[in-house]
Amino acid sequence: MSLRITFITAGRILRQLLNDHRTVVLILAVPSLMIALISAIMDAAPQVFDTVGLILLAFFPFMMMFMITSITLLRERTGGTLERLMTTPTGKLDLVCGYAIAFGAAAAAQTVIAASVAYLFLGLETAGPAWAVFLIAIVASLFGMALGLFVSAFATTEFQAIQFMPVFVVPQLLLCGLIWPRDQMAGWLQGVSDALPVTYAVKALTEVQVNTEVTAAMWGNLAVVAAAVLVATALGAATLRRRTN
Amino acid sequence: MPPTPNAAIAVDDLVVHRGGRPVLDGVSTQIAAGTVTGLLGPSGSGKTTFIRAVVGTQKVKSGAVTVLGHPAGTKPLRSRVAYVTQDASIYPDLSVRANVAYFAALYGRSRSEAMGAIERVGMGDHADKLAANLSGGQKTRTSLACALVIEPEVLVLDEPTVGLDPVIREELWDQFRGLAKQGATLLVSSHVMDEADRCDRLLLLREGRFIADDTPADLRAATGAANLEAAFLHLIRELEKAN
Repeated sequence: MSLRITFITAGRILRQLLNDHRTVVLILAVPSLMIALISAIMDAAPQVFDTVGLILLAFFPFMMMFMITSITLLRERTGGTLERLMTTPTGKLDLVCGYAIAFGAAAAAQTVIAASVAYLFLGLETAGPAWAVFLIAIVASLFGMALGLFVSAFATTEFQAIQFMPVFVVPQLLLCGLIWPRDQMAGWLQGVSDALPVTYAVKALTEVQVNTEVTAAMWGNLAVVAAAVLVATALGAATLRRRTN
Repeated sequence: MPPTPNAAIAVDDLVVHRGGRPVLDGVSTQIAAGTVTGLLGPSGSGKTTFIRAVVGTQKVKSGAVTVLGHPAGTKPLRSRVAYVTQDASIYPDLSVRANVAYFAALYGRSRSEAMGAIERVGMGDHADKLAANLSGGQKTRTSLACALVIEPEVLVLDEPTVGLDPVIREELWDQFRGLAKQGATLLVSSHVMDEADRCDRLLLLREGRFIADDTPADLRAATGAANLEAAFLHLIRELEKAN
């Protein structure tokens, strides 16, 4: 692994992203608009928005990173550039970390905007500090990236990559406790929920929501998400093959 | 066949199967350093597979490919061997300049060296255009610049001149010859016979086997044919008669 090549790669990926102005606007604006919409819908119950809005702050970067990573990497695979890179001094980890840095920066920008809108204009309230929310959102977004990287190996077209969204992203949204309390789900569904990393991001957010101080439980849950990032990244890197048929 | 001392590329009994079918069926050759070798054959004959085996991106069933003394595709070769794929492998959402500068940077080469490579392929006037907006030939040239910028010891090109303007094709071949003169080893695939005469040596690939591995002059002399197209045909007919 080479730090120099990692940053060169991250720079290239960011430049590609910045050249696509429409995508930049969508990445930066859509989560804020969605959270504003949720806030308007839940106007009569601000305490419900405090929970739902908070979860969405972490969920949007996760979903965005999943989408843009799976599609960008699929393009890299089908466009021949991945094969070309595999003949250059670029290591698999250089490429994966380059993606993590570039899209992690995009996720950070998105989260700062969405969190600012939520806290300053939509009346979102948490007992704990905003920086903890931001941190959880970034780690969740890196999990989205790693998952997208892995999934891109199983899609041969962009159309298929989009179809993986409902398979890998939506179940985590449904089972993380956002639309229905986890303790009121059937036992086996709670088991499934326990196996999904986004659940732990939501648990960590809940800790920030109810405690003024950052708790050990928050760090513990965040560590589970971070471990999931490492596992998914390793699985994703394993799908990058130097030799193919 | 023991590798000759000055062989930049040595291929020994290479077998590649794809979908259970042999694509390369036990091919061997030695490519001398500082030469331009043409890999000729109809489409589907296994040219791209052979090239991918030389750069080490092809899964092989058996046999050995050695480049500059190392097994193909291994780490020490990644800064010494450049590969230009048949379809331009560049980023459509980056400019010509950004594409070449990126590949240059991976090898520690500067932006001015990148610009030099862009000029050399005649893309200087289009440096700030997005690759997506280029014509097919311009994309090919950009892809080529991404390889030229690293001044590789071994340059492997898969049909680099398809669809190019004859003047540019001429210029590129002059550059290939120039690189070989400076000691680089070039392996160039083509299905255009008129390019074969510009090579020091020719490999004629048909149905996964080499049917000739010779210099253009010797090939003509051996077959008594006036041009290489006719020589190729002659060899195929001989083979068919023998079967």
